[in-house]
Amino acid sequence: MVRRRIVQALTALAYNLNLKGFIQGSIYQGPVKNACVPGLNCYSCPGALGSCPLGSLQSAFGAVASKVSLYVVGTLVFLGALLGRFICGWACPFGFIQELLHKIPSRKLRHKKAFGVLKYGKYAMLGVFVLLLPIVYAVQTGIAAPAFCKYICPAGTLEAGVPLVALSPALQSSVGWLFSWKMLILVGVVAASVFVWRPFCRFLCPLGAIYGFFNRISVFGMRFEPAACTQCRACARACRADIDPSKTHNSAECVRCGDCVRACPNSALKFGAAQKIKPGRRGNVSPGRTALRRP
Amino acid sequence: MSRARRPLQAALLIGGAALIAAGILTGELPVLLRKAVFICLECIGIG
Repeated sequence: MVRRRIVQALTALAYNLNLKGFIQGSIYQGPVKNACVPGLNCYSCPGALGSCPLGSLQSAFGAVASKVSLYVVGTLVFLGALLGRFICGWACPFGFIQELLHKIPSRKLRHKKAFGVLKYGKYAMLGVFVLLLPIVYAVQTGIAAPAFCKYICPAGTLEAGVPLVALSPALQSSVGWLFSWKMLILVGVVAASVFVWRPFCRFLCPLGAIYGFFNRISVFGMRFEPAACTQCRACARACRADIDPSKTHNSAECVRCGDCVRACPNSALKFGAAQKIKPGRRGNVSPGRTALRRP
Repeated sequence: MSRARRPLQAALLIGGAALIAAGILTGELPVLLRKAVFICLECIGIG
């Protein structure tokens, strides 16, 4: 857990090393911004050194010769195929922030049935706000407006909107209903994060939806050893995303936080090169009994 | 590991790298950079 926190903190810092931007109220304009960072990090954040893959994807519709940015799509495919949602769990600043908020003592909400429906919200976000609306804008006006960034993204509001508006009287005078709407979404996500584990990641994030498609086939993922599993379900109880790793260890919902790995008393779950469950025997002892380690 | 998985992983990794290279070679980067180096007023909620 501590190791993951350190990696999360370091990646958040690495994505936003232009610290002077927070003082000057400006954004980095150097060549490093050609590169897309893997996680959700608004490119208008004063500290951002790289570009947000979602923002770049939307802006590219209609703007590049191929209409779809081969570079951004290639980046998403490459990173997804390599890591899947490891990026969400280990290298996304906004996911990190939600987890820190979740540490605030409060009653924690888990509702497998309701959350099982809400998880499809991120696919709706992807389809409508990231893909459909920018294309519609591009066809109608020739310019692809980044609809997800414009109407929804709380990461952009928190990392870019709040600091830039706070530092610029000119921007303050331009604030209108859109800023209020985005602040409402941000406050909602922040509040929800206290009670629900990573609500934005699970229910709204289009980037998580994209990487989730690759979870079952990514090079690095979760390994499951059926022979070591006693079906004690310690992994399922530990999983805050309501997954049963003993059944779907590379679920599209899994951000590879490792809680299940730590919870398993028999080391049946590990990080590593992802592996398909082999059919056949699933355990050497009855459920509820501790398995003896194989010699 | 399933035998079908490895060729698919390789195809996606190679395909992704090829798309990145194609995007760079077709001059996409300056187009994307033009958007990224100016404050995105839509992203910060100004409009």
